[in-house]
Amino acid sequence: MDSKTAPKSEDRRQFLIRTVKAALSIAGAGAIGYGFHKHRRTSSSFEVKSLIGFPDFSIPGLEGRMCVAKDPDRINALKRALNAMGGIEAWIREGDRVLLKVNAAFATPPNLSATTHPDLVYELASLCRKAGAKKVIVTDNPINDPLSCFSLTGIAKAALSAGAEVVIPKEHYFKPMTLSGGKLIREWPVLYEPFAGINKVIGVAPVKDHQRSGASMSMKNWYGILGGRRNIFHQNIHDIIKELAILVKPTLVILDGTFTMITNGPTGGSLSDLKKTNRLVVSSDQVAADSFGATLLGKDPGDLPFIAKAEAAGAGRSDYRSLEFKMI
Amino acid sequence: MSIISARRISQAFFLVLFLWFCIVTSSGEKWRQLRGWPVNWLLEMDPLVGLGTLLGTHELHKGLLWGLAVIILTILLGRFFCSWICPFGTIHQIVGFLGRRKEALFQKIDSNRFNSWQSVKYWLLVFLLSGAAADFIGFSATISRDDPRRVWLVAGVVCIATVLLLAFYRLKDQKNMMIPLAVAVFFASFLNVVFREDQLLQHSLQTGLLDPIPLAYRSINLIVLPMVDASFRHLSPTPRFYQGAWFIGALFFTSILLNLKIPRFYCRFICPLGALFGLLSRYAIWRIGKTDAKCAECLMCEKNCEGACSPSGRMILSECVLCFNCIKACQTKQIAYQKEPSAGGELPVPDLSRRGFMISFFSGVAAIPISRTSGVMAANWNPGLIRPPGTLSEKDFLSRCIKCGQCMRICPTNVIQPAILEGGIEGVWTPVLNFRIGKSGCRHTCIACSHLCPTGAIRPITLDERMGKGIFSKSDPIRIGTAFIDRGRCFPWSMDKPCIVCQENCPVSPKAIFTKILFSTLRVPAPLIISSADSTRVMLGGAHLVPNRLTTGDYFCRLKNPQDPHERLIIENSENHIVISPKFPWKSLPETGKEIEVFIRLQQPYVDIERCIGCGICEHECPVSGKRAIRVTAENESRNKTRTLLPGKSNDHDRF
Repeated sequence: MDSKTAPKSEDRRQFLIRTVKAALSIAGAGAIGYGFHKHRRTSSSFEVKSLIGFPDFSIPGLEGRMCVAKDPDRINALKRALNAMGGIEAWIREGDRVLLKVNAAFATPPNLSATTHPDLVYELASLCRKAGAKKVIVTDNPINDPLSCFSLTGIAKAALSAGAEVVIPKEHYFKPMTLSGGKLIREWPVLYEPFAGINKVIGVAPVKDHQRSGASMSMKNWYGILGGRRNIFHQNIHDIIKELAILVKPTLVILDGTFTMITNGPTGGSLSDLKKTNRLVVSSDQVAADSFGATLLGKDPGDLPFIAKAEAAGAGRSDYRSLEFKMI
Repeated sequence: MSIISARRISQAFFLVLFLWFCIVTSSGEKWRQLRGWPVNWLLEMDPLVGLGTLLGTHELHKGLLWGLAVIILTILLGRFFCSWICPFGTIHQIVGFLGRRKEALFQKIDSNRFNSWQSVKYWLLVFLLSGAAADFIGFSATISRDDPRRVWLVAGVVCIATVLLLAFYRLKDQKNMMIPLAVAVFFASFLNVVFREDQLLQHSLQTGLLDPIPLAYRSINLIVLPMVDASFRHLSPTPRFYQGAWFIGALFFTSILLNLKIPRFYCRFICPLGALFGLLSRYAIWRIGKTDAKCAECLMCEKNCEGACSPSGRMILSECVLCFNCIKACQTKQIAYQKEPSAGGELPVPDLSRRGFMISFFSGVAAIPISRTSGVMAANWNPGLIRPPGTLSEKDFLSRCIKCGQCMRICPTNVIQPAILEGGIEGVWTPVLNFRIGKSGCRHTCIACSHLCPTGAIRPITLDERMGKGIFSKSDPIRIGTAFIDRGRCFPWSMDKPCIVCQENCPVSPKAIFTKILFSTLRVPAPLIISSADSTRVMLGGAHLVPNRLTTGDYFCRLKNPQDPHERLIIENSENHIVISPKFPWKSLPETGKEIEVFIRLQQPYVDIERCIGCGICEHECPVSGKRAIRVTAENESRNKTRTLLPGKSNDHDRF
């Protein structure tokens, strides 16, 4: 071999180094390819870890109590009804963390009664704070734009000035949940995050006409903790309301019938859709509260299938007179 | 403090102010939301916005008078706006500085050399303005004697013509622009006056495509803020989406990255506003220039020259953006901002050819009529083009909209979107409503966009006017379109499933969506024949039913023969028995061997076109999540009477 073309040791060395580098690159690519290769066909969906529900927020021994206050003023009505139920102290204790589930579904002013009245939110949140609640959260997943809803309904302002916290739902606040025995709430996104650390839940809703379900009251109010494209459940409205009533066992529900939306519900939009009915219900039985609420709409509780369904599922009793019931 | 520091402070101030304005443009009550912040101020200062809308609409909307102040200052001082105010210019300057700071001196000098392509921006300006001004000459020629604007118009035209004539005599070394200008004016007047009735010439405002201030607002509003806030969620609790915004972003970021190649690329070659300022700065009282023709010719003055206006040699006045870097860089202090022309010689503008002027002028004039031959403004209008409430009629709208995206940013529900081709080529990036995006349709208790629009393309309306209440109770509400039910996709219309989410969510009172009840016969594999019965319960021969499927509260049954007077609610069922509600027991027990029919009770939605305002909440909420079963199109919109579905109704909302 000619000495000019013969590889010099320098060249050989470079060649070896290059070979090692090439080998390492191949090994790296090979390792990743082999390690991540999957022999079997990928399944079409990954497994969702689903929550199984909420804790029971009701107070043992205080089930089945209800008071209806007749009063043209909702704040008076609330105070009187609560007093008749043993005062707020019977329900909210020192150090409690309370969640108020309001109905803030629509971006409408409070006088149209399509949403929970801000005065009621303010009064209730203040009472909870006075009773020693460590934290009061006001939340809902509205239908219209959430920011507009909370500000136009006056709920945000009322809650904040009463020392409560307003939680406007963000995407990651929702967690998939499966109600055991439920047919509809299966791996469905539910507003879960605000409930973390909460030990008392109070639902606060107005009484409204609702064409599909017949009425929107305390139990229908829980619709506002559903996320996703929840309107799909309207196909089976009575069953979804029943499942929601099983899912959430509230400490109390407050059903505001100071005004009742008789027509054009649940959005309303005009004062002529409202009727002054001067009633406010405080109850630890949501089925009973709705059963009474139906009468404000001029309906018989038997006309509303979700009431019978919720009762049959054990969410409460529709015959409110059989409870520890007061009308004041 | 040196003038450079002053400039940097001013630039930083206006950049921060601009970003702050973009951030606070959201509706809400917090101090960092829209609480009287003058968020349109920079748009109002942009004289191209004022001039463009003035040419097409013959009026200067509200705050656009700020542009006049900028024009006056530019005539006195030169292009101060570019290096002292323009936030887009500041971004370019920063990126250009960062990208090129390690380059050698000669490279820097080289990239700041004047380039003859810098005249392109003047052609773009002429093209865009002639598109907006096509019939302005006709308007001027035919303006009525009683119109108070006439005397001001005449005064203005006389002054400007005098200036132009003086220029003609003084600057003999420049190519004479009077001839093409005269030809253009004559041609346009001729077409205008002769064909006025036929609308041969039509105008629309397209300056917003390239005007740096609307461009910057649009890009920050629709791309940068949504992208940044997607992680922080301080401005909006849910992510905001804008259709086709990637393209807006691509233009924005490309124009910024071009600074790495040539500093202030956009400002030098494209910016039509810079071109306008360049023309206006022709008679600037003070200008940058050499104090002495003899200098060391070290070219240091061009090291950081932002405008590429060649201060070392023959100064090109219109290109100077008043960055003052040359004054600082000159080793021998021979450059000054002075009243005297540069000792090295001056050119008022780069070499602008008559041919270039003619081409851009006539193509600008022709562009709009050409685009309208597609008929999108006439019979071929797009029903998907739903404009925000308060939007002017399409022609008036297009002579005002500067595509700044302010309406899209302020919209609390994110339904206002930048149009792609919904409104034809002229309507690119103008506001169009897309109800599938965002939170719940166009909120009918909201008028935010109409009050923010800087040019009045969406005119300010009140809530009463929008809803047809108060002093507007005699006229109709403002309609932006009408909802139509696609019965083939609707649950109760074609799938025997109850739903009426659209009816529930309709926000007007009384509702524009109403329902009619239909008892639809259930599909069963075989006739349901009664084997035995008591007052509320029937046993069936054969197991044809799915247990508990009929207990949702929507299923009813009825004896087929002889027919029952009414349907009875089913409350329980198994494979072979049905229990009906005890409220309506059978008076006489059903006979064995007779057939029983099962129905599902459906409420089928209908739209009342007199009440529907086109807010699209129904479309947004419809559970058929892809192509919705109820959709809004622009028929019956208040701003266009020819699209009414209600003959004889008062539709006066397209008027001021």
